[in-house]
Amino acid sequence: MADHAHKLEILRGLIKFKSNTQKIWGVLILLSIVTAVEVVLGIYKPAALKAPFLGMKLLNWIFIILTIVKAYYITWDFMHMRDETKSLRRVVVWTAVFLICYLIFILLQEGGYVFDVYHDGFVKTDF
Amino acid sequence: MDNTVVSTGTEGKTWGGGNKPLKASYGKMMMWFFIVSDALTFSGFLAAYGFSRFKFIDSWPIADEVFTHVPFFHGNYPMIYVAFMTFVLIMSSVTMVLAVDAGHKMDKAKVTIYMFLTIIGGLIFVGSQAWEWATFIKGDYGAVQTKGGNILQFVDNEGHRVALRDFAVIDEHKERVQDQRKSGIWFTSEGTLPTYTVSEVLHGLEANENILVRTQIINEEGHKTVLSREESINQIKNNGKVVVEGANLHANEYGSPLFADFFFFITGFHGFHVFSGVVINIIIFFNVILGTYERRKNYEMVEKVGLYWHFVDLVWVFVFTFFYLV
Repeated sequence: MADHAHKLEILRGLIKFKSNTQKIWGVLILLSIVTAVEVVLGIYKPAALKAPFLGMKLLNWIFIILTIVKAYYITWDFMHMRDETKSLRRVVVWTAVFLICYLIFILLQEGGYVFDVYHDGFVKTDF
Repeated sequence: MDNTVVSTGTEGKTWGGGNKPLKASYGKMMMWFFIVSDALTFSGFLAAYGFSRFKFIDSWPIADEVFTHVPFFHGNYPMIYVAFMTFVLIMSSVTMVLAVDAGHKMDKAKVTIYMFLTIIGGLIFVGSQAWEWATFIKGDYGAVQTKGGNILQFVDNEGHRVALRDFAVIDEHKERVQDQRKSGIWFTSEGTLPTYTVSEVLHGLEANENILVRTQIINEEGHKTVLSREESINQIKNNGKVVVEGANLHANEYGSPLFADFFFFITGFHGFHVFSGVVINIIIFFNVILGTYERRKNYEMVEKVGLYWHFVDLVWVFVFTFFYLV
């Protein structure tokens, strides 16, 4: 980076930092809070969040969403994606996101199918 | 003679060379290439883990019951240590990004300090992971594997786990010894025998009224199914095949063999990334001290290595979620 211009806003401009160093510490605090929430939920597992939602427990969806939030801030602020050109950002993120979603959909679908085959008694596993 | 003048006809064009397409230098662009492909590799592993887990969704081990140890502390502390590891890795990512920031300001002293802290963070993480592995391999309670490859664990009346060593009745006259090449047929041998035999466990189970067998199957409340006293004895007597202590690639006391296989493979692959990251960071650290980048008048190399280091952190965030939380 020839020019050291950093975009110093996170959360769509809700929080503005004065310097890049300050932004780094701010993002650390944000990531720590998210991790702490995950750990507390992971230890206590509130019964209310065990309701099934879109094929998984609601709690698991919360974990996955919080993980993606963390991944976003690591990529955008630690890896400086926020300061790259829009096209570089899209080349990297869209490619990966598309392929990963595709892969996960296919494999989880297949895994669920194999479970059903076992479960409905075509294969006896406990011989 | 216009023809002999070296001219590629691409001056001023973005993709003509000697230029930075997307305003990223060649090195940084290649690092992003690598990161995208490596991210897909890890996604492949994690998706395969998801596949196997969905395949055995009603019998997969519960992570909270497997990873409960903290070094130097006895007792049951699920999640605590791995949360600490996550924090260490995020923290070392922060020192790395501070090093990059100091590099932009050509501040050699600060880059040196922050690179050093990053390396320390990486070493703590790799050390912690080695300890996790050792604890996982050693195991805690022990279990019995059935002829069908399922794992039977032991609990008391209140549902607390009971270790084999607490109830197995030792048979003083057991004749079975490890089969070694020197003592049997020359081409046969076997691994270390478990501490107890299935019959010792069975005798212990019969002698202790309050011990029950817990199967792999997860019931509707999200707990493992506990069998009745009668069923417990029958299961061990009729189906018990070998005693399993700890974990290896064939069997583990926590449940499905695939669980340990994926644990070793994915955290191992990630740990190897951290290890190589530490090695690369050390090389860069010495280059910083020697003033290589001072002479080069830019610290972009620190930035490129930083990208890799953050990527390792990024992968860990997902491994953490899918192995320990979900």
